[in-house]
Amino acid sequence: METLTEAWRLIASFDATLVEIVSLSLFVSLTATMLAALIGIPLGAALAIWSFPLRGVLVVLSTSFMALPPVVVGLVVYLSLSRAGPLGMFGLLFTPSAMIIAQTILITPIITALTREAVLPLRREYDLLLLSVDAGNWLMLKTLVWDARFGVVTALLAGFGRALAEVGAVLIVGGNISGLTRVMTTTIALETSKGNLELALALGVILLMIAISINAAIHLLARFGRRYEVTR
Amino acid sequence: MNPPELVFDAATIAADGRILLGPISLRIDRPGITVVMGPNGAGKSLFLSAAHGLLVPDQGSITWNGQPASKTRASRGFVFQATPILRRSVRGNIALPLIARGVSRARAADRIAAALAEARLDTDPAKPAAALSGGERKRLDLARAIVTRPDVILLDEPSANLDPATTAELEQSLRHISEGGTKILISTHDIAQARRLAAEILFFSEGRLLEQADTASFFHQPASNAAQRFLDGER
Repeated sequence: METLTEAWRLIASFDATLVEIVSLSLFVSLTATMLAALIGIPLGAALAIWSFPLRGVLVVLSTSFMALPPVVVGLVVYLSLSRAGPLGMFGLLFTPSAMIIAQTILITPIITALTREAVLPLRREYDLLLLSVDAGNWLMLKTLVWDARFGVVTALLAGFGRALAEVGAVLIVGGNISGLTRVMTTTIALETSKGNLELALALGVILLMIAISINAAIHLLARFGRRYEVTR
Repeated sequence: MNPPELVFDAATIAADGRILLGPISLRIDRPGITVVMGPNGAGKSLFLSAAHGLLVPDQGSITWNGQPASKTRASRGFVFQATPILRRSVRGNIALPLIARGVSRARAADRIAAALAEARLDTDPAKPAAALSGGERKRLDLARAIVTRPDVILLDEPSANLDPATTAELEQSLRHISEGGTKILISTHDIAQARRLAAEILFFSEGRLLEQADTASFFHQPASNAAQRFLDGER
């Protein structure tokens, strides 16, 4: 009970350490989501709209990589960024940039696959209309992504949720360095093992609240999106 | 201005090695409304899709004023039997062909307002198109087809699921559009509608064009037995 009260005090008083950790978590995961969106939305839409060489391979890869184990991603990024690795000269290991790279790799397949799933049924439905008005490739892509917008934003939220909640990848490539690369999940793991349960619990509550907010947002979006759905 | 000239030159449409339509040879160059008639499965929808260039002939050619139909789609409007509705507002739906042609936003607003009026779609352009009734969706599709002020519009059984009052309004819009100089091709299996609208009749049966005739002479004395049977079946 005392732990719970103390955890609540940390949250209510905007404890400096707590705020710093939460801010870094949000910064890393939001940046990773934005980067993954830049790759995943056009790629997912392209996989739904056009046939091109390797499309089948990319579809299978994006779908199976949705469940990439974070520790494996962490390990691969670690090896690439470590001093002896191919990208070692940039000196990114144990920085927030390394964490952003790892999370981007982790969630790009999720955003790609979910965007493709959102666009695919619309592509079939709009095919003849887009052909009949002579829409070029760019207009086709824009029209389909915009009309699949509720599904695409859901894909982004799912990716963001996954990035924020994962611990394995950021722990390996970030190193959980106090004041530099310590984020919510890695702090919870560390502080719990140290017996410092107040901070861990406070962060757990915040993480849970964000997760609930994301799911509520997905639910509301789906409800709002139904206004535009066509019934025959 | 001369009406646009549609020419089918021994055109066939096939799928899986089976001929679904044709070979068809015809020339349509008169103004007014040309009605494509025939029983279900006669090939009316295929014919309209081919005439708009949505299907490319496997043999022969289909041209408008000498240009292949599939290269000149932007100069025509098409109203589908099953209306495709974009997941956006009424305005957003009608704007699509304008965006495809690069029309500026300011001019697009005027065009959309004019198209809504001409198609007699009296609704808030900002509301989701999915909220429209069946009849309103058909008028939305018509507005989308005429918003670029095309030379030709093609309509695939537009009144198949409409009540008589809505059908009458649609026909009135079509007459008005036709009088404005736009060539109209419309398919229907409704004999009364064909009588009301047509200047010219194309009669199809089993994927073949059996007759191309003036409305009066077609109804007075159809040249083919199939057409006679079709008309008899309705009496």
